[in-house]
Amino acid sequence: MSDAVVSLRGVRKVFGAGSDATNALEKIDLEIPKGAFVSLIGPSGCGKSTLLRLIGDLTQPTAGTIEVNGKSAHRARLDRDYGVVFQSPVLFDWRTVERNVELPLEMSPIGKAARVERARAMLALVELTGFERRYPWQLSGGMQQRVAIARALSFEPAILLMDEPFGALDEMTRERLNIELLRIWQQTGTTIVFVTHSIPEAVFLSTRVVVMSARPGRILDVIGVDLSQPRNDLTREDERYFGFITRVREKLRGRDVGRPSAVEVAAS
Amino acid sequence: MSVRLRYYAPAVGVFLIVLVLWEVTVRALNIQQFLLPRPSAIAAAFAEHFDELMTVGRNTLVEAVGGLAIGGSAALLVAFATARWTTASRALLPFAVAANSIPIIAFAPIMNNWFGILNPLSKMMVVAVLVFFPIMINTLRGLTLVDPASLELMRSYAASERAVFVKVRVPNALPYFFTAVKISATLSLIGAIVAEYFGGAQSVLGQFIITEAAFFRFANAWAAIVVASAVSIAFFLIIVAAERVALPWHRANGGG
Amino acid sequence: MSRAARSVASFLVVIGLVATIWEVVKLLGGEATEGWTPPFQWRIANDLNMPHIWDIAASFAEPAQRNGPPLGLVLADAAVFTLREAFGGFVFGAILGLALAIVFVHSLLLERALVPYVVASQTVPIIAIAPVVVIWLQAGWLSVAVISAYLTFFPVTIAGIRGLRSADPRALELMRSYAASPFDVLRKVRLPAAAPYLFAALKVAATASVVGAIIGELPSGIRDGLGGAILNFNQYYVSGPPKLWAAIIVAAVVGFGFFTVVRVAEALLLRGRMRTSET
Repeated sequence: MSDAVVSLRGVRKVFGAGSDATNALEKIDLEIPKGAFVSLIGPSGCGKSTLLRLIGDLTQPTAGTIEVNGKSAHRARLDRDYGVVFQSPVLFDWRTVERNVELPLEMSPIGKAARVERARAMLALVELTGFERRYPWQLSGGMQQRVAIARALSFEPAILLMDEPFGALDEMTRERLNIELLRIWQQTGTTIVFVTHSIPEAVFLSTRVVVMSARPGRILDVIGVDLSQPRNDLTREDERYFGFITRVREKLRGRDVGRPSAVEVAAS
Repeated sequence: MSVRLRYYAPAVGVFLIVLVLWEVTVRALNIQQFLLPRPSAIAAAFAEHFDELMTVGRNTLVEAVGGLAIGGSAALLVAFATARWTTASRALLPFAVAANSIPIIAFAPIMNNWFGILNPLSKMMVVAVLVFFPIMINTLRGLTLVDPASLELMRSYAASERAVFVKVRVPNALPYFFTAVKISATLSLIGAIVAEYFGGAQSVLGQFIITEAAFFRFANAWAAIVVASAVSIAFFLIIVAAERVALPWHRANGGG
Repeated sequence: MSRAARSVASFLVVIGLVATIWEVVKLLGGEATEGWTPPFQWRIANDLNMPHIWDIAASFAEPAQRNGPPLGLVLADAAVFTLREAFGGFVFGAILGLALAIVFVHSLLLERALVPYVVASQTVPIIAIAPVVVIWLQAGWLSVAVISAYLTFFPVTIAGIRGLRSADPRALELMRSYAASPFDVLRKVRLPAAAPYLFAALKVAATASVVGAIIGELPSGIRDGLGGAILNFNQYYVSGPPKLWAAIIVAAVVGFGFFTVVRVAEALLLRGRMRTSET
């Protein structure tokens, strides 16, 4: 698969040493094609967040290689190839919304005028125009996450890494933000790697769902989700949507279920 | 607006009640002027010695502000310098906390010897040492106790150490810094007055109080005490105002 | 190395560092001795203003006054004297502070009415109040303890209010569901919640009580304590500079010592609980 934007081979991650060592991830081989929306799902402690951080060079593998955009993960981070969104928005409370979005741009060569314009454009993308001068505490949780997304996209990275970004929000806000995220994905064409706890969310958002086992984390399966785009509330009522959810759930429980009749995208 | 009125009403009420009771009780029971001159007597003394009180008050305030400036700058320098080396700051913090437990006021005679008893600098140095530790400790805390998620975020931007320092650590430290300065504002004035006790120029608040008390002119002494207290509170409120300006976002968190 | 051993070690290192810097400064700008002329001449570094470390150390063994007991003994007596006053102030201040905090937490009206004055009380220079207290209570242990308590009660009150209020609202709701009396709530929920805050304040109060005791002795004309010693050796500074420094070192030890005792008590009593910030 030559248009893989992220490729992991033989990756292992061990924390600690000697008798305290924890095997977080074992034998990870994964390819993520350009423009895909890939979810990582698995039981607590399966290492999905660790896997995300390995891709983002926020931690280093004990063994194996990680290639991003044809370079090492480390190089990719230095080249600002990714944006990251964490579970909590991590906005700086001393900065206004627009200054928060400008943060990564301040450390790149673009000039002040271009920076302000880009920030405004990003806020428009997440539909928060008019909130530029507010402070984070004045925004709801969902809005703060949208600011975090705007910030992550502000320097137009090739890849967006998201670690349970909607985990702390209520169900309705979550569903709304899911649709917004898909819209942003289609508009920008960014490759997204998304960690989540929620099976319906994973199926709804992704083109591929990576199912992981409990610790030590291994990839059990990569399930292609070929529901039609653009996805919306109607998708949530599609029978095939439920079918995929069941497949993912059963896989997590270690069982295989009969596949729906549609075309299968083979795991790599 | 009425919410704020209701908030302050009890305190104001107490003030007025105490004032009235004080005046009445002292007159009625003819209590010795020693301990408790009547509020009206204090007010009269204040009016009568207004000019002198303003002069001595100003001189003492100069010592306090000067000392705060010296001590504060030194504290900031040390805090900034040590923040970069985590091992150094982790070793330094407990020691600074311990050093803060030394009665600084004991150094007043030494400062008089070093800088000249008549030189206001000798009093400023006592104040400087007094405020150095709270400001340094709090600023260092603010610079180092940063949300790890913010640091991870900056790492994802491959930000330089300097960028992290300027964009994250310093703004994070501002509330801590202001807390320390507010404490130091009051400390500085008290420190100056106590330091004056160990001798020095005569036209300062501390000496005025002691002289007047020595001559049993307690109404004058209390008038000076009121001035000292008022200046201290004013100083504190100025810092609070400065904080509101510098940290427009902080009020929301219930801080300040 | 255990944590305690490491603390002691780093403490000694810093003391050694201070002593070294002291002598280096004197080496560079102090007085000339046979065989060495310093490159600079700083008034601050001369033998009068900065006695040699070994001279200060030696002065502990020499008599404070002609034919009197050694300085070390005199200062030790003074230290104990002052410490007794400080301890009294500490206890009074802590009790008063906690009592006020309990009252304020249970009565919003009283809190709003009185807390501003509690805060304002600390802006009144203690040295000005001290003569009044001395006249009222006669110079002696009690008057100094009261002056010391004046500085001590404030941090305890403020920390007490915060600590008592910091109790988990759900725990309070639980107690209400048991129809518990306010006293029970206080004893079982609020006070344990307040403990970390109170200990942090007690550490500050320990220092404040020593400072208050020293300051309290000054206008009282009390000569037996450290305040008196400092005044005395200051007055006769020229005749024996190291003595004043020795007195200051002893005062520092007393302040720091009391602080450490409270810190150890905190570690013992709050064993196993979540640590609050590093103080």
